[in-house]
Amino acid sequence: MAELDLPLIWAGIIGVAVILYVILDGFDLGCGILFPLTREEHERDQMMNSVAPFWDGNETWLVLGGGGLWVAFPAAYSIIMPALYVPVLVMLLALIFRGVAFEFRWVAKPNHQLWDLAFWLGSTVAAFAQGLILGGLLHGIAMEQGRFSGGTFDWLSPFAIMCGFGVVAGYALLGATWLHMRVAGDLERRANEWAKPLLLALLGFILVVSIWTPLHVERIAALWFSWPNLLYLSPVPVLTLVLAALVWKGLDDKAAATPFLGSVGIFVLAFAGLAISNFPYLVPPSLTVWDAAAAPESQMFLLVGVLILLPVVLGYTVFVYYTFRGRIRPGEGYH
Amino acid sequence: MELDPLILARIQFAFTISFHIIFPAFTIGLSAWIATLLGMSLWTGNVRYKDLAQFWTKIFAVSFAMGVVSGIVLTYQFGTNWSEFSLAVGNVIGPLIGFEVLTAFFLEASFLGIMLFGRDRVSPAMHFTAAVLVAVGTAISAFWILSANSWMQFPAGHEVRDGIAYPVDWWQVIFSPTFGWRMVHMLTAAYITTGFVVLAVGARFWLKGKHLPEAETMMKMALGILVVLTPVQAVIGDFHGLNTLEHQPAKIAAMEAHWDGTHPAALVLFAIPDVVAEVNRFEIAIPKLGSLILTHDLNGTFPGLKQFAPEDRPPVLPVFISFRVMVGIGLLMILLSGLGAFAWWRGKLFRPNLLMQVFANTWPLGFIAVLAGWITTEIGRQPWVATGLMRTEDALSPVGAATVLTSLILFVLVYAVIFVSGGYYINRLLEKGPVRHVPKEPLRPTRPMAAAQDSGRIALSAGE
Ligand code: HDD
Ligand code: HEM
Ligand code: HEM
Repeated sequence: MAELDLPLIWAGIIGVAVILYVILDGFDLGCGILFPLTREEHERDQMMNSVAPFWDGNETWLVLGGGGLWVAFPAAYSIIMPALYVPVLVMLLALIFRGVAFEFRWVAKPNHQLWDLAFWLGSTVAAFAQGLILGGLLHGIAMEQGRFSGGTFDWLSPFAIMCGFGVVAGYALLGATWLHMRVAGDLERRANEWAKPLLLALLGFILVVSIWTPLHVERIAALWFSWPNLLYLSPVPVLTLVLAALVWKGLDDKAAATPFLGSVGIFVLAFAGLAISNFPYLVPPSLTVWDAAAAPESQMFLLVGVLILLPVVLGYTVFVYYTFRGRIRPGEGYH
Repeated sequence: MELDPLILARIQFAFTISFHIIFPAFTIGLSAWIATLLGMSLWTGNVRYKDLAQFWTKIFAVSFAMGVVSGIVLTYQFGTNWSEFSLAVGNVIGPLIGFEVLTAFFLEASFLGIMLFGRDRVSPAMHFTAAVLVAVGTAISAFWILSANSWMQFPAGHEVRDGIAYPVDWWQVIFSPTFGWRMVHMLTAAYITTGFVVLAVGARFWLKGKHLPEAETMMKMALGILVVLTPVQAVIGDFHGLNTLEHQPAKIAAMEAHWDGTHPAALVLFAIPDVVAEVNRFEIAIPKLGSLILTHDLNGTFPGLKQFAPEDRPPVLPVFISFRVMVGIGLLMILLSGLGAFAWWRGKLFRPNLLMQVFANTWPLGFIAVLAGWITTEIGRQPWVATGLMRTEDALSPVGAATVLTSLILFVLVYAVIFVSGGYYINRLLEKGPVRHVPKEPLRPTRPMAAAQDSGRIALSAGE
């Protein structure tokens, strides 16, 4: 048997953690982003209740993603974090507000308006900051001799800001389709209405990124637009369009789960696209997964843990979602 | 004046982690307390335990949320502010944090949902199991993070090549020499902290004449635990100190403000250490007692600060003072729980006397002791971030002072808002006290008025 390519395996694990995070926390951040679209208190209760038992578990994937990056690729972690200091800080502060809002809002009733605001702003700003982080990474990070060598605001560019809006729209889509699947009553209908414009916005954003990156990064253009890669990679955009059509039709037919699952599929494909474009770089344009890897013994040690524990974690995650299955009706909640 | 990013980053770490530890110190104990109550309710069928569990679960939910969000900040701070540290020791303590996420955080976070919201959805046995798993999760979390911290106090099981630490023996890394006592001491500290909160809340209810049966249950259960744990904690602390003497003698010298290692040490009760003159001012001390405690011999000697090069000494004053605060509170705790247990034994606990008034105000004791203990431990480790391996000044990220300052200010502001609100809401829940739980019947949308009233009531009994 050949040597295990540990860095590659770890890049895969972190990729899985990040995409799980994006999908899972995506829909609960999305519910927060959509919060101001209804003024009805009982509908806001419904929105929050539909994610209350899950948000903490969802957010833990962010810790696994960040922690995993540190464990497996300390060299990348110690460059990316200082480089993206500001958006990471903004994200953390926003997550604080919206995290505590889950509990504070109920205890504060009937004076909970401020926590409604905290929940909305916190979710939106956190999503936006994640977009900035994505944009900053795609843009590339200045480094010298294995250290970050740029300035505080290097990450800031029109492109990063556009990524911010794109992620907000995408999470909102996940949130709307989640609500469409998980709540009953008026809110279900509204969620259906919210979803379509959000789907269009997300597609527009994906399109812009797909044009912008190859235009600015030769390596990516060479990768996608050369023969026979073009052939192998063409399923990514084609499937994205098929899924978008499915989501649209599911919304028209009022199908419960199709729009959500379709949106998840779009996220997975978009992520796959980005991963293909940037592989094998962890810190584009210079640090590859092999350059940044931790000592093999460290990667191996935690890998054993991951192989044993991750299935267990997934098992009880499913159990929790199963326990809280079913639609949330107006006025009903776990509280 | 030039801003120093190092000082700012240290203040920021100290501030954010001190904020964080307040919540684990409480939630580790509280989750165990709730699991115990649910277990007793299962076992005895007595609804009082269930109502109490429900009451404390609401408070737990608020504290836990604050613990989670402030913890996430810390993981990322290793990278944003201490990237050189992350790079140099990531191979060794990174995996420990990774195991913490996999074995503890997911467990806590997932079963938290069931613990908080599952009461009417799962069987009582499953609800109890969820609470136990959350409690176990918090303890496992303490295990890994303390393992990481202990390795920083006294690294072991590694080798250094080109300034980067590589693991050699994982067992030695995880169970580094200072880990055992630190783990036991911290877990006990968490249970004690919660014990005094429960005791104080019980005493408050009792003094107000509210929820009397619950108040008596709370006070008895809390005292029962405290009378055992507080003396045990002092013994553990003594062993912990002996261990520190062996592995971090400079820290002990600072804790005791002990300058001259050639003579037996006095137990300094009070002093203002003068770092320049290398003596104590305004000293009040009991001769030779320090040596007796640390070497178990009246004439024993142990290293004094003068034996360490000035650049290898930790700051003396904060370490000295915080240690005294912790031990002082520890002794006070032993006294209080002893008095309480004695009164209980004589059948005189439930009297509106001075003792009851004092009990009603003991809730902050544990928090202060925990913070003081950590300040001793962490400042006593200076000037090293990982003893002997990397100095704190070399651990810093290449980020500008202005950036660190701005983020520090933001953290202070945000945490102030969160802390004040959280404290206010917890207080509000405490004021309300336990309520009898009526299982919910499904609401019918055909009764809009009733539904509205119900959601109003649900809203008021918030935080369930
Ligand atoms: C002795 C206990 C202890 C100590 C010293 C620390 N923590 Fe902590 N931490 C906990 C005990 C704990 C806990 C009991 O597990 C949590 C769960 C909720 C809470 O209140 O505390 C927690 C939550 C928590 C979370 C959120 C977990 C989730 O998503 O559910 C993170 C990411 C961290 N911590 C990270 C850290 C870091 C990086 C620390 C040190 C630098 C640290 N903690 C010190
Ligand atoms: C939970 C209770 C803890 C408290 C209250 C605490 C407190 C402190 C304080 C006061 C400092 C500043 C020391 C100084 O600069 O003079 C500090 C620094 C630091 N601590 Fe802790 N600490 C705790 C636990 C931990 C743990 C568990 C870890 C790591 C696993 C850790 C890692 C660090 C690091 C990396 C620094 C910054 C570098 C330094 O100043 O040495 N701490 N902490
Ligand atoms: C009564 C006698 C006590 C003694 C003799 C004692 C002893 C010690 C010693 C020697 C240390 C420093 C260890 C080191 O870093 O090298 C320490 C740390 C600490 N103490 Fe205490 N302690 C006592 C009571 C308490 C109490 C009552 C609490 C809280 C309820 C507490 C909480 C802590 C914490 C949280 C730490 C930091 C973590 C650690 O290093 O264990 N201690 N204690």
